[in-house]
Amino acid sequence: MKRFAIIVGLVAAALVSTAQAAERFALPQFKTSYVRPLTEVPPARPGVYEFVDIGALLVALAAASYLAIKMRSRRGLWWLALGSLLYFGFWRGGCVCSIGAIQNVALAVADSTYVVPLAVLAFFILPLVFTLFFGRTFCAAVCPLGAIQDLVIARPVKVPAYLEHALGLLGYVYLGAAVLFAATGSAFIICEYDPFVSFFRLVPFQRPGDTMQAINGSTNMLLVGAGFLAAGLFIARPYCRWLCPLGAVLRLLGLASKWRVTITPDECVQCRLCEDSCPFGAIRRPTRDEPHAPRLLDRRRLATLIVVVPIVLAGSGVLGGWLGPTMARMHYTVRVADRVRMEETGRVAGTDDMSEAFYATKQPRETLYADARDVEHTFVIGGWLLGAWVGLVIALKLIQLSVRRTRNDWEPDRGTCVSCGRCFEFCPVERDRLKKKPLSGKAPA
Amino acid sequence: MADPKKKMSRREMFRKGALGAGIVGVGGAAALLAARTAKGGTVWQIDPEKCVQCGQCATYCVIDPSAVKCVHAYALCGYCDLCFGYFPPGFEPSESFEQPAAEAQLCPTGAIKRKWIEGPHYEYTIDEDLCIGCGKCIKGCNNFGNGSLFLQVRHNRCVNCNECSIAAACPSNAIRRVPADHPYLLKGEDHKG
Ligand code: SF4
Ligand code: SF4
Ligand code: SF4
Ligand code: SF4
Repeated sequence: MKRFAIIVGLVAAALVSTAQAAERFALPQFKTSYVRPLTEVPPARPGVYEFVDIGALLVALAAASYLAIKMRSRRGLWWLALGSLLYFGFWRGGCVCSIGAIQNVALAVADSTYVVPLAVLAFFILPLVFTLFFGRTFCAAVCPLGAIQDLVIARPVKVPAYLEHALGLLGYVYLGAAVLFAATGSAFIICEYDPFVSFFRLVPFQRPGDTMQAINGSTNMLLVGAGFLAAGLFIARPYCRWLCPLGAVLRLLGLASKWRVTITPDECVQCRLCEDSCPFGAIRRPTRDEPHAPRLLDRRRLATLIVVVPIVLAGSGVLGGWLGPTMARMHYTVRVADRVRMEETGRVAGTDDMSEAFYATKQPRETLYADARDVEHTFVIGGWLLGAWVGLVIALKLIQLSVRRTRNDWEPDRGTCVSCGRCFEFCPVERDRLKKKPLSGKAPA
Repeated sequence: MADPKKKMSRREMFRKGALGAGIVGVGGAAALLAARTAKGGTVWQIDPEKCVQCGQCATYCVIDPSAVKCVHAYALCGYCDLCFGYFPPGFEPSESFEQPAAEAQLCPTGAIKRKWIEGPHYEYTIDEDLCIGCGKCIKGCNNFGNGSLFLQVRHNRCVNCNECSIAAACPSNAIRRVPADHPYLLKGEDHKG
């Protein structure tokens, strides 16, 4: 500890002359040779480690993309996921993470005085770029949250399509809310409600030159995380599929990706052996096999939707705006103003730490109330936007469900597929390539 | 067969367009934000002028015991024999005054060490391995003494959470991000040099 500590002195003479008026007790003039110790200020983690983290992310992303698309190696991805879990999860304590970085970026966009740490920006941008080119290889083996869920998958059950579609919208709602609270400087809810970070932090760790210390996650989030992992034995990657705000973004970018994993290394032989091999239900069958309504009906449904969409948008916008003042309670200024007003009107007796901290600033109450009103106003607008966003997501989902597309082969859905590579070995063409025996009978889950 | 082929290529074009838009969007965002990054990043620190010593620092940190510790600005200290940060309020000096028992100390873990220097003057140092960052001593020193004790996030312990858990709970909004190369908000710092 001492080795890393630098010592900064306060120049006592200057201090005595300028600050004496504030001292209750005169600063002693020592007659002996005693010298005042200096205040120790151990420096922050050296900046080079930022580049170590960025480098690790870059290497992991490149390796994941290579393993998934070029090597088609499930085993390789498994090991890489384990490595990412150990480094980004347990060693780095789950911070910095690409999911949380969304919030720093949102805050930076809204507040020009906030500077984004370079590593945080890299953690935000790199997964997006890689997904645009290679599909969701970040989710396959780089994200520690994805990795911990992927490694516990035991007996995945099939989730009905309607439920999958409906729950899939939650991630977009979460994303919108996280951006709103981060941009208003209220809270980083993705960090506060990260279900797995508490696990990552259970492990005692040691930094060079320091004493061993234990990091604790919050007990509540630990229980939530345990719940997710237990459910994750049977429902593959529940957080990834239905909650993760970054997963929601990557799903969209994945749709446009330049390259992506394919089930078969060559031509699909239509054997349907891969049909049930994906634990995330990402495999889509060829459209000719699908029972479907006549096209006319689809067209009519689409036309109806185009009329309905603006109504949905406006309605959810109004709802969001109405919820704005409630959501504004997440902001510090609004909480203080509420408390101070309650004390002023006598609805509560006495003060608390929060109101006392405010009185200590000697600011007039009116300034505080005015500031709080500004924040609430921002939240009404933000609530409108959040509501409209949710409406838009619902509308786009409905439109997506009405648009028919043509598929000739069995293939992974570009957005849903997390590039895990599990389906590869179910394909007889792949087994041929690997010179493995063909699968006999039905594929195990 | 001609129809699906045509549809496929239309979809393919649409996808290519989306890919282009995605690359431009992500690239643009990166370029805009890159201008605003801080190399070396930021860390969390407590503004001692705002902190009200509520006690949350001891309990909300993700590290146990907390990465927040009591820090001493010796240059502000009166070296008082009857230190308000060391003795509980209403303490009566007695024969055990020189080396008081743990129960007679304000600090719940006995983390403050007291050493006689000369005359009525004692030096107080904090054993950071024992300090839990509860701020009890600081409250005493602030209220009745010179206010030379204060809380700081110690960066040899802090893991620099993306959102400091204490900051989220702090009633006085005293914890903010500071540049990593100036990672402390020391008391009396502006008297320096
Ligand atoms: S969906 Fe989210 S949590 Fe899951 S792997 Fe992708 S980024 Fe990580
Ligand atoms: S790689 Fe195959 S098994 Fe894995 S998510 Fe994609 S479709 Fe599903
Ligand atoms: S939480 Fe805030 S007010 Fe409370 S002791 Fe910590 S810095 Fe001070
Ligand atoms: S940033 Fe994290 S480790 Fe550091 S003081 Fe805050 S809660 Fe503790």
